[in-house]
Amino acid sequence: MLRYALRRLGGLIPTLLVIVTVSFCIVRLAPGGPFDQEQTLTPAVRANLDHLYGLDQPLAAQYLHYLGGLLHGDFGPSLSQRDFTVTELIGQGLPVSITVGLLAILLALVIGIPAGIAAATWRNQGADHGLTLFAALAVALPSFVTGPLFALVFGLALHWLPVAGWERGAPRYLVLPVLTLALPVAAYLARLTRASLLEVLRSPWIRSARARGLGGTRVLWRHALRPALLPAVSYLGPALAYVVTGSLVVETVFGLPGTGRYLVQGAIDRDYPLVMGMIVVYGALLLLFNLIADLLYGWLDPRVRHE
Amino acid sequence: MAGSTRVCGMSEVLAAAQAGLWRRAGRRLASARGTRLALTVLILIALLAVIGPWFSPWAFDQLDWQHLAVPPGHVAAHWLGTDRLGRDLFVRTLYGVRLSLLISVLASLVSLVIGVAWGAVAGFAGGRTDEWMMRFVDVLYSLPYLFIVIILTTLFQRGSIGVLLIAIGAVGWLTTARIVRGETLALKRREFIEAARATGLTPAAILGRHIVPNLLGPVAVYATLTIPQMIIFESFLSFLGLGVQEPHASLGNLINVGAQEMQSAPWMLLVPALFLVTLLVCLNLLGDGLRDALDPRER
Repeated sequence: MLRYALRRLGGLIPTLLVIVTVSFCIVRLAPGGPFDQEQTLTPAVRANLDHLYGLDQPLAAQYLHYLGGLLHGDFGPSLSQRDFTVTELIGQGLPVSITVGLLAILLALVIGIPAGIAAATWRNQGADHGLTLFAALAVALPSFVTGPLFALVFGLALHWLPVAGWERGAPRYLVLPVLTLALPVAAYLARLTRASLLEVLRSPWIRSARARGLGGTRVLWRHALRPALLPAVSYLGPALAYVVTGSLVVETVFGLPGTGRYLVQGAIDRDYPLVMGMIVVYGALLLLFNLIADLLYGWLDPRVRHE
Repeated sequence: MAGSTRVCGMSEVLAAAQAGLWRRAGRRLASARGTRLALTVLILIALLAVIGPWFSPWAFDQLDWQHLAVPPGHVAAHWLGTDRLGRDLFVRTLYGVRLSLLISVLASLVSLVIGVAWGAVAGFAGGRTDEWMMRFVDVLYSLPYLFIVIILTTLFQRGSIGVLLIAIGAVGWLTTARIVRGETLALKRREFIEAARATGLTPAAILGRHIVPNLLGPVAVYATLTIPQMIIFESFLSFLGLGVQEPHASLGNLINVGAQEMQSAPWMLLVPALFLVTLLVCLNLLGDGLRDALDPRER
């Protein structure tokens, strides 16, 4: 198992290399440059700037130089915020984004899976119908709609929670962003769990467990739950991808000092190292999380034990 | 020749069976109350989006200096109020609905065409070609695709609808390609394909005349399910300021402006949000209904 995990981890490196290469090409093929906004630059100053950041060299050399830097964990200097390196900028924002993102996934798991189990247990009763309807609504709503609506209702109208801000991660400021991100993931998890639990409960081995005289609760917890959770586990990878993109919106709506703004602003400013750094960091995170979900899946389902 | 008449007979039988499948699916679809309601509301919204703006005296970018930021129902001429520049929110929201629907349908088509072509060729060719084509899809899957879309739209002409379409369509085709490849693999072992090959048709002709037409059923269902995703995509980009630009209105940039103004003018957020929510819920209900109707396990 450990050897398998390590081999899979090694297998991520070529994929990451592809991500770096493709995004390097896209970012560099685009028209415009990082210093176009500054009109007062004389040609000489501009040439100096280009030389300083190595932009006057051939693209292939720049690419190799960038890869070399990555190997040392160096993402290069930011071209738009010149007092900072990309590593510093992302290092400042990432803890915020990761805190919000992980809390959202945890909250989604804690709400979504029990809700799905409850809905499957009390199938076709009032609670089930209510939950299904609520889940359909929550899945359909994107975070850029729910976020502002939550801020409007809980912040401006009811004054329960602050509308926006961070205040070094004070819990009051975390509630609305985390809730906004978690809601659709929780709803999707609830739907997945409900559907798969219902399917598992119809399967032959559950019938045989019942035939052996086991009670409903014991069948549910000992036999049905583990296989029923598999779809939820394989959804964890896409869930993280959702939370990552959702965080772009949530950080804008709630004014959080995360990394989300760097991607859009960096692309607008043609801040090549910053955009690349964001893609590399988030690409690596997504790959890693997908791998963890895969391994967890193998651990839960003996039929796909990895060797 | 006897072989080919038998093939014709069989394809007729198949066609009849398929028509039966579709008719049954249609009946199931019509009998689901939620789906019917969703379809009705969708048609109403689409109609409203197309003809609604004609009934209002205002243009989508027309400023009314007498009525800045008026709530809905206050002034007779502005049914759903105005924004901070005095532009009519009813007309702007309906323009946004129109644009969102147009972009999402076109983007679905773009991704459909690429996905069907890619998946059918990969599945039909098989062997090493198939392996490499699908590996390419796998690699693209592992990219943080929304990042790529954001970068594409930002770097190449922000706000151009053409770039937006290509960017959204370019990432949407991956799942279609996978579905189509799977269906093609199943189809190409069927007798009528073998018969077509025996009659001497070129692979391209078999693909175009026999494989692709038979793929359209499952693909059509999947396409309905992608439209709401495309709407979310487009609105998301416009919300971030990367999609449709002012003075043009899309649901995304209306919601973005509304979110900034919600303290003093909450209706600027609520009106477009309400339309977007209704649209998405109905499209999802319709998609789910279609899938259930065509899924034989639910019978």
